[in-house]
Amino acid sequence: MKKLMLGNEAVARGVYEAGATVASSYPGTPSTEITENIAKYDEIYSEWAPNEKVALEVAAGAAIAGARSFSAMKHVGLNVAADPLFTMSYIGANGGLVIAVADDPGMHSSQNEQDSRHYARASKTLMLEPSDSQEAKDFTIKAFDLSEEYDTPVIVRLSTRISHSQSLVELGDRREVELKEYTCNPAKNVMMPAMGRKRHIIVEERINKLKKFADEGPFNEMELKDKSIGIISSGIAYQYAKEVFPDASFLKIGIAYPLPDKMILDFANHVHKIIVIEELDPIIEEHCRALGLQVTGKNKLPLCGEYSADLLGQKLLGTEKGTYSVNDEILPVRPPVMCAGCPHRGFFTAANRLKLIVTGDIGCYTLGALPPLNALDTCICMGAGFTAAHGFDKARGNEFSKKVIGVMGDSTFTHSGITGLVDIVYNKGISTVVVLDNSITGMTGHQNNPVNGFTIKGEPTRQVDIEKLAYAIGFERVRIVDPFDVDGTVKVLREETKAEEPSLIISQRPCALLKSVKYEGCTSVDYDKCRRCMMCMKIGCPAISDRDGRITIDETLCVGCGLCTNVCKFGAMTLKEDCRIEY
Amino acid sequence: MIVGVGGQGTLLASRIIGNALIEQGYDVKMSEVHGMAQRGGSVVTYVKYGEKVHSPIIEKAGADIILAFEELEAARWISFLKKDGILIMNTQQINPMPVITGSASYPERLTESLEDMVANCISLDALSLAKKAGTVKAVNVVLIGVMAKASGQDSGIWLEALERTVPERFLEMNRKAFDLGYTAV
Repeated sequence: MKKLMLGNEAVARGVYEAGATVASSYPGTPSTEITENIAKYDEIYSEWAPNEKVALEVAAGAAIAGARSFSAMKHVGLNVAADPLFTMSYIGANGGLVIAVADDPGMHSSQNEQDSRHYARASKTLMLEPSDSQEAKDFTIKAFDLSEEYDTPVIVRLSTRISHSQSLVELGDRREVELKEYTCNPAKNVMMPAMGRKRHIIVEERINKLKKFADEGPFNEMELKDKSIGIISSGIAYQYAKEVFPDASFLKIGIAYPLPDKMILDFANHVHKIIVIEELDPIIEEHCRALGLQVTGKNKLPLCGEYSADLLGQKLLGTEKGTYSVNDEILPVRPPVMCAGCPHRGFFTAANRLKLIVTGDIGCYTLGALPPLNALDTCICMGAGFTAAHGFDKARGNEFSKKVIGVMGDSTFTHSGITGLVDIVYNKGISTVVVLDNSITGMTGHQNNPVNGFTIKGEPTRQVDIEKLAYAIGFERVRIVDPFDVDGTVKVLREETKAEEPSLIISQRPCALLKSVKYEGCTSVDYDKCRRCMMCMKIGCPAISDRDGRITIDETLCVGCGLCTNVCKFGAMTLKEDCRIEY
Repeated sequence: MIVGVGGQGTLLASRIIGNALIEQGYDVKMSEVHGMAQRGGSVVTYVKYGEKVHSPIIEKAGADIILAFEELEAARWISFLKKDGILIMNTQQINPMPVITGSASYPERLTESLEDMVANCISLDALSLAKKAGTVKAVNVVLIGVMAKASGQDSGIWLEALERTVPERFLEMNRKAFDLGYTAV
């Protein structure tokens, strides 16, 4: 039976069919749907871990214990999980250990554009790279087999257009796989210098065997047609190249690391000219050059951004396509915005009143950096919202620190905010830091997390209590505010930033998109009372516009959260309940 | 191509269309937008079908049909339409943040200029029809109804795809939305 599946869904199906029994991940676009789909299979134990390092360690432990185990993450998540990855390369597997990592060329939803293939080489780990959903499933299944056969973790590398494209997949049955026997083996599983030195030799031997495997296929395929142009490509870039050069000869790379030296040299002997087409870094290209080949690559094609058939046509063939056109300059851009009803809007409105410096973090609230709120000063990585504030404190002193707050969301807090709290207390900082607790992992599309009290399958579980945790760490000032009570939030922010000791504020209001959140009606404007002071425009709500000289509410967008009625000083904005009567 | 504003239901539309095409035996690829761009940003979903599809992304001047959920987005993506392609557009306007903050203005008369420019242009107020069907969220299914009619295919194929994609409890409302679109033009 064939089914249309997202690349991510297909990876999940592969994990299922391969007989895996343990999966632990942290959500991150574009990888999230892999584990969301795994959670639908009851045969696999699945969980959201607090971060990618924890997730990979859980999968590593499960693999050593004998289970086929899996972890998925986005490219920057692999930075967090790099520590266990490098050592698991030495330990190897027992039950197969497979890691899916999804890169984001074009940065649709990421803070950088790093190329995860570097990690495979750096950690000496086998990496497979599928080019559509069918391969995403097939390669994932094969990854488990190879992991056990070569005693290595295996990375399956995806990118946004593989993860978030749907194509047809032939479904297979699940293979039931027995747990591998577990025996205590410190020489293999306890990485201390004496053991590590011996394992390193084995890792180098393993890479040589894998090079041989790569040369023999079947993941790398040579397709000889017109021999005047030979294209070496992998992943989604291969699909674009096939569209632009349907008659060319191809060497399709399915093993991103180690690359097949013999096959590349053999291919070069068959064709007159080689073009290497790969998104992001010139990894295959530099490998070809190291083999002594002359190739076209990044001299014609960009290092930044994602590719397309259009771009390849333009850069390599000089083809320009066009039919209809509208003068782009008259079209305003449409950046993403915080949704109508978003609790973060209330918090940033309060922070802006005090003109605070805000060190931010990764999540929906990062959108607070955009106009008109312009509320964030920094965004580095998950966890840095708190620690960067401490850095400001130590760089510029306590008086300056009273104008600085650090913010992050509830999921980000359990991901990597807790160690920041420890650092602030331990090192005598006075920072005020804020958890923007909206009861969900928002930006990645609503995943449960340790703070909201539900598991990946929606089952109730113990909740991490942020307040008690902060007290236990040593914070003596912990306050809870409702961000839609803007005046109250301003008051608490003023008191806590003044204090000569560290404070934690928990800004609590659930995400407006949660089904459990029910706002009634929508805002209406009393034009007799409106003085056009524009306070309501400063909150940056997508439902409020200034049209034809009047403040106008878009009733299709307004959820009736009431934040604007709180910021209007003239009582011109009120909630009416019957605004949707026409539907 | 399905273009619109994050949150308008473009993903569901592409899934209904993809579903209908698979039933007809085509190879289908679709590329979607998830994550940050979904939060009220400009979104585009590609649906490609044929005997064999490689790239899931449509090139400029490569789309047979553009289904635009919003006026400004119709204009933004129009260069992807084939010369003889069909533009089906909802005339609804959703202000992007630069317009809301006053740093840019919403262009005037976009629908008129697209109607003048594109040979096969169908514009309609799909939002009103969706409201008539029972929910503003049904704009997507109204537009699919319009497309079903414009593509000259039997409506049964699309209704079956709708049934396979939409949860049972919303089916009646969506059938109504489809019919309103199908009979609108």
